[in-house]
Amino acid sequence: MEISADIISLASATLRISTPLVFAAMAGLFAERSGVIDFGLEGKMLAAAFVAASGAHVFGSEWYGLGLAIVCCVALSMLHGFASVTHKGDQVVSCVAINILMIGLTTALAAAWFGQQGLTPTLTDDRRFFEITLPFADAVSGVPLLGPIYSEIISGHYIFVYLAYILVPCVYWVVFKTSFGLRLRAVGENPSAVDTAGIGVELMRYKALAVNGVLIAFAGAYLSTAINANFFREMSAGRGYLALAALIFGKWKPKTALIACLLFGFTDALQIRLQGVPLPGIGIVPVQFIQAIPYVLTVVLLAGFVGKAIAPSAIGQPYIKER
Amino acid sequence: MVKAVDKTKVPWWVSNAIVPLVNLTLAFIVSGFFIFVAGENPYQALKLIIYGSFGYLEGFGYTLYYATNFIFTGLAFAIAFHCRLFNIGGEGQAYIGGLGVFLLAFYFSALPVPIVWLLAILASMLFGAAWAIIPGYLQAYRGSHVVITTIMFNFIASALMVFLLVDVIRDRRQMGPTTEALVKEQWLPMFKNIAAFFGFKVGYSPLNISFLLAIIVSFGVWFLIWRTKWGYEMRAVGHNTQAAIYAGISPKKNIILAMVISGALAGMLGVNEVLGVHHKILVNFPAGYGFTGIAVALMGRNHPIGIFLASLLFGMLYQGGSEVTFDMPNITRYMFVAVQGVIILFSGALENLFRPQIEHFFVNIMKRKVTT
Amino acid sequence: MVSQPILELQNINKSFGHVQANKDISLKVIKGDIHGIIGENGAGKSTLMSIVYGFYQADSGNIKINDKIIKIKSPHESILSGIGMVHQHFMLVENFTVIENIILGFEGELVFGEKLSRAKENLMKLCEDYNLKIDLNATISDLSVGFRQRVEILKALYRGAEILILDEPTGVLTPQEVDELFKILRSLKEQGKTIILITHKLNEIMILTDKVTVMRQGEIVGDKNTKDTTKDQLAEMMVGRSVLLRIDKKKPNIGETVFEVKNINVKDNLDVMRVKNVSFNLRKGEILGIAGVTGNGQTELLEALTGICQVDSGEIKLYGNTISSKKVFAGPRQLREQDVAHVPEDRQRMGLVTEFNASENLIFGYHHQQPFSKSSVMMGKNIFNHSKKVMRDYDVRPQSPFLLTSNFSGGNQQKIILSRELNKDPKVLLVGQPTRGVDIGAIEFIHQRIIDMRDKGAAVLLVSVELDEILSLADRIVVMFDGELVGERVNENVTDREIGLLMAGITN
Repeated sequence: MEISADIISLASATLRISTPLVFAAMAGLFAERSGVIDFGLEGKMLAAAFVAASGAHVFGSEWYGLGLAIVCCVALSMLHGFASVTHKGDQVVSCVAINILMIGLTTALAAAWFGQQGLTPTLTDDRRFFEITLPFADAVSGVPLLGPIYSEIISGHYIFVYLAYILVPCVYWVVFKTSFGLRLRAVGENPSAVDTAGIGVELMRYKALAVNGVLIAFAGAYLSTAINANFFREMSAGRGYLALAALIFGKWKPKTALIACLLFGFTDALQIRLQGVPLPGIGIVPVQFIQAIPYVLTVVLLAGFVGKAIAPSAIGQPYIKER
Repeated sequence: MVKAVDKTKVPWWVSNAIVPLVNLTLAFIVSGFFIFVAGENPYQALKLIIYGSFGYLEGFGYTLYYATNFIFTGLAFAIAFHCRLFNIGGEGQAYIGGLGVFLLAFYFSALPVPIVWLLAILASMLFGAAWAIIPGYLQAYRGSHVVITTIMFNFIASALMVFLLVDVIRDRRQMGPTTEALVKEQWLPMFKNIAAFFGFKVGYSPLNISFLLAIIVSFGVWFLIWRTKWGYEMRAVGHNTQAAIYAGISPKKNIILAMVISGALAGMLGVNEVLGVHHKILVNFPAGYGFTGIAVALMGRNHPIGIFLASLLFGMLYQGGSEVTFDMPNITRYMFVAVQGVIILFSGALENLFRPQIEHFFVNIMKRKVTT
Repeated sequence: MVSQPILELQNINKSFGHVQANKDISLKVIKGDIHGIIGENGAGKSTLMSIVYGFYQADSGNIKINDKIIKIKSPHESILSGIGMVHQHFMLVENFTVIENIILGFEGELVFGEKLSRAKENLMKLCEDYNLKIDLNATISDLSVGFRQRVEILKALYRGAEILILDEPTGVLTPQEVDELFKILRSLKEQGKTIILITHKLNEIMILTDKVTVMRQGEIVGDKNTKDTTKDQLAEMMVGRSVLLRIDKKKPNIGETVFEVKNINVKDNLDVMRVKNVSFNLRKGEILGIAGVTGNGQTELLEALTGICQVDSGEIKLYGNTISSKKVFAGPRQLREQDVAHVPEDRQRMGLVTEFNASENLIFGYHHQQPFSKSSVMMGKNIFNHSKKVMRDYDVRPQSPFLLTSNFSGGNQQKIILSRELNKDPKVLLVGQPTRGVDIGAIEFIHQRIIDMRDKGAAVLLVSVELDEILSLADRIVVMFDGELVGERVNENVTDREIGLLMAGITN
C-alpha cells in the first residue's frame, strides 16, 4: 500500500514544527510544577535564537551557539527567579517584562552588531545543524508502508527533533520517579510541607528554573541554527505562548503536553499547505485566516478545557512563611 | 538585613514618588548599559532624547502626541489590573478600535462633522470593547487565563486587519494596503491649526485635540474607579474574590465589565491615529503602543495621574528615541522597546528591590527630626 | 538520679517588627516527659516552638539539646537534632500518598522503584512499633483529619524524632479522635520519646502532662509539675486575672420563626456532601448556638444560609419565602436587603478586603445602597460620617476611617465587621467564630453586642467551635457532627460533657 506523498510530508513537517514547542512546553513544565508561572517562554526562546545564531556566526560553530544560548536562557530564568522567588514580585509582570525586553534587545543588538535591520548574518553550512539520515534509511525505503515511514518521516530530521522526543520520557521519569521530582511537585503543591522537611523552597524553585532555562534554549537555538540559518526579528512568533497552552491543555503532564504540541505542529503544517489551495465547497480561504488557525485553536482549547485542568496548587504565589 | 519598618509611618510620597523614581533611575542605568553594548554613548543618547522631545516645539508636539496614545493604553491596562486582570491585548483592541473609527467616519460621512466625531469615539469604544469581551467572558466563565487569550487575540486581530486591508476595504489606487483617506473636513483639528488660529506659526506635529480627549477620559477613569459603585466592586473583586462574593458582588460580571471598559479605552487610541493623524488605516498602526501602555500603567501605579506622568515620560522616550535612531546608526527603535522592558522589570517585577532600604531611610530621618 | 533536660532554652528573645513575641524565655524539658505549654492566643507559644523547630531564628539566646548548644538555622538542623513537629495546619501534599508525604526530603536515594519498597518496610515496622495503623498507599485527600495527623506523627518518627512537638493538636479532632491521640502519645512516652504539647485547653494539660509551663504575652509566668497545680490556678496565670466565663443575660423573649431549614443537603466546592439532611428553625429573640468541631459542615451550612452557595436539595425559607432550593437561589445581596446580616467565620478571607481602608470596609456589602451610593456614584461624605459614627459606637481603634484595614488588629478588624453588620439593626444575624483571634477585652464587648441584638428581637445563629462561647451565649444549642445535626438542648443546666459527647457523635 502506498502512502501518499502529502501525508508523508505532512507527518514529517509535524514532527519538525512541533519540536520547539515540545522543548518549550517541557521547560514550562519544570517551572510551573515548582510553582513559578512562566509566561516568559516566548522572550527566552527569542533570546536563545538570537544568541545561538550570533554565537554560531562569531565563534564558528553551532555548538558554541547552543552553549551560549543555554547560558543566556539560564541567566534569564534566574532573573525571573530573582524577581519572583526572592523578591516576591508579581510573576506575570516579570514574564511580560522579560518578553518585551527580549523582543527589543534581540533585534536592537542584531541591528547594532550586524547592521542588517535586525537579521543576524546567514550561517554558512559548517556553522549550522543539519538533517541526520538514520542508519539504513536508504536501504529500507523500498519496504512497503514501514519503509517510507522510517526513511522519510522518522529519518532525516535535525538532531533537535530526536532529542525532543527522547526528552519527554526523560522528563516523565525525572518528575515522577525520582526524589528530585517528588520535591519539585511538592514545592508546587504545598511549599510549607517542603520547608518543614528541611528543604529550601527557594533553592528548589531556582533549580527548576535552571532546568527551564536549559530546555528553552534548545527551542530557540533550533529555530535559528537548524530550521533557519539566521535570526530575524520576532522570529518566535508566539510559539512560547502556544507551548504554554499545550502545557495547560496537557494538564502539566509530559505525555499529554506532547500530544498537544503535536496537534499544534500538525495544524501549522497543515496551514502552510492549505494556502492558496481551494477547499471543497469553500473555495480559496484567505491566507490570513489560515495563518490565524493556531491562535484561534489555542483560544478554543483554553476555553474548553482549562476549567477542568487543575494547576499546581501553589502556582503564582510567592512563598512567605506565615506568622 | 534591613529592619522592617512600621508601614503606617511611611509617608505617601515616599511610596508613590521616591520609590518609583529610584526604580526609574535604575532602569535608565541598565538601559544606558545596553546602549553602550550596542556601541553608542549613553550620555550622548540621553542628551539627544531630551533635545528631541523637549528641545523644540514640533518635537514637543510629537512627545504629546505619543503621550496621547499611551494614556489610552495605559488607562486600559490599569483598569483591568484593578480587577487583577492582565489585559495584554491592548494592541489588538486598539487596532480594532481604529477599524471602528474608520468605518463610521467613512460610511457616515453625510452626517455633520461633530456628530461624526462623537459617533466615531463611541465606535472606537464599542469595537475595542468587542475585542476584549471574549477573553473577559472566557476568564470569568471558563477560567481561561486572560494573558494568553488576549495575546492570541492580538495575533488574530493582526491577521484579520491585514486581510481587510488587503482584500476588503482597501484603496485600490494605492500601492500598499491602506484604506482610502477620510475627507479633510472630518480630520480632527491639529495643534498646528489651533495655534495658527491664534496667530502662532507652528511646524507640523501629529498632536491634535484627541490629547484633550485623553485628559478628559483620564478624569473619567479616576472617577469611575474610586467614586462609583462599579469601580468599588471591580477593586473588591481584584483584591479578594471570596470576600466580594460574600458581599454580594458578582466576580463574573465584574471581570467582564473590567475587560470591556479596558478594551473600550484601548480602542480610543484609534481616534487619535485614524481621525487625528493618518486619516486612514495603516497596517499595524498600533505599532507597540499597546505594550507600552503596560509599562506606563505599571510605572504610574495604575493611577490616572501616574499614568499621565508616565505617558509623558514614554512620549519623551519615543520622540527622543527617534532623534537618537536618526543620529546614531547603531540604535534602532527596537532598543526603545528593550528600554520599555527594563522599565517594566524595575517598576513592576522588581519594584520592591530597594523599597525596604528607602523606607527605612525616610522613617529614620523623620525620627531624627522629631527628636532634635 | 536527677533527670536530664533533653531540651533547654536559655534567654530566648524574638521580635517581629515592634511586637516582641518572646521575652527572655528560659525553659527546661526533661527527657521522657510530656511537657505542656499553655497560654492564650498571642502568648508566644507557637513562635517559641517555631524557633526550636528552626522555622524562625531567635534574636538572641541559646538552644541546648542534651546539654550541647546547637545552632538551629532551619528545620534541617532541628530534624537532624531529633526534633519533630506536628503543626497546627498540616504540612501535607494533598495529592500525594501517605508514603510519599512521609519520605519527602528523606527519600534515601535518588531514584524510586524497588528501593521505595525498602522505605515501605521501614515504615510498616514503625507503624507496628508505635501502634499507628494507616494505609500507606492512601492519598491524603481521602483521609480524615485524625488520620492525617497520624501521618504527621509518623513523618516525625520516620525522620528520627526523639522530641515531638505538637501544636494545638486537638483543635480539629473529635473527642473520640482526641482519645486516640492521647493513647498514641502515652505510648510514645513509654518508648522513651519526649513530647511537648502546645495548647490553650486546660483539660488536656491536666489529663496528659507531667509538667506545665504557662506563657502570657511573650513571657513565662509559671513553670510547675502538673500534679502540683489546679485548673483554676493555671487559668489565672494564663490571663492574669480571674476569668469570668459566663455572661449575665436575661431570659429570651422568643417570637415567630424567621428561618425554616428543611432537609437540606449542601456540597462543598470539591463536590463532597458536607451538610446532610439538616432541619431546624430559627426564631426571633433567640440565640441558637451550633456547636461542633471545625470541619463538621458548619461552614457549608453558614454559606448556604447566607446565600454564598446553593443547597443541593431541600429548602431554606426566610420569612416564609424560599430563598434556597434546587431551583431557587437568592444571593448575599438579596439576603442583606431582607435585613439578614452575616459575620463570617474567616474575617480576612471573606469578611474584609484588607487592601481597602476602614471606611470602604465599613460599607462592604451595603455599598450599593443609599445613602452610601446614589445612581452608582459613591457618596463620600455619607460614607465618612457613617464611618466616624460606627467607629465611635463600637470603639474601633484607631478611629481612622482612611487607615488601611490591614493595619488594624484582629480584634478591631472584627469590630469593623460587627459594626457594619449590626449597624442597621438587622432582623437576622448569622455569625461564625465571632471571637477567633480576638483579645479578651474585645471578646466581652462582642459577646455583649450579640446579646443586645437578641434582646432587641433579632434572630441570632451562632456557630462556634469554642464550647464556652456557645454555653455562655446560646439559648438553644444544637450540635453538628459529620454534617448532621445531632442533639438539641435548651441551654439550662447543660454541661460541657453532654455537648462534648454529642460533638463526638455519641448520641443516646
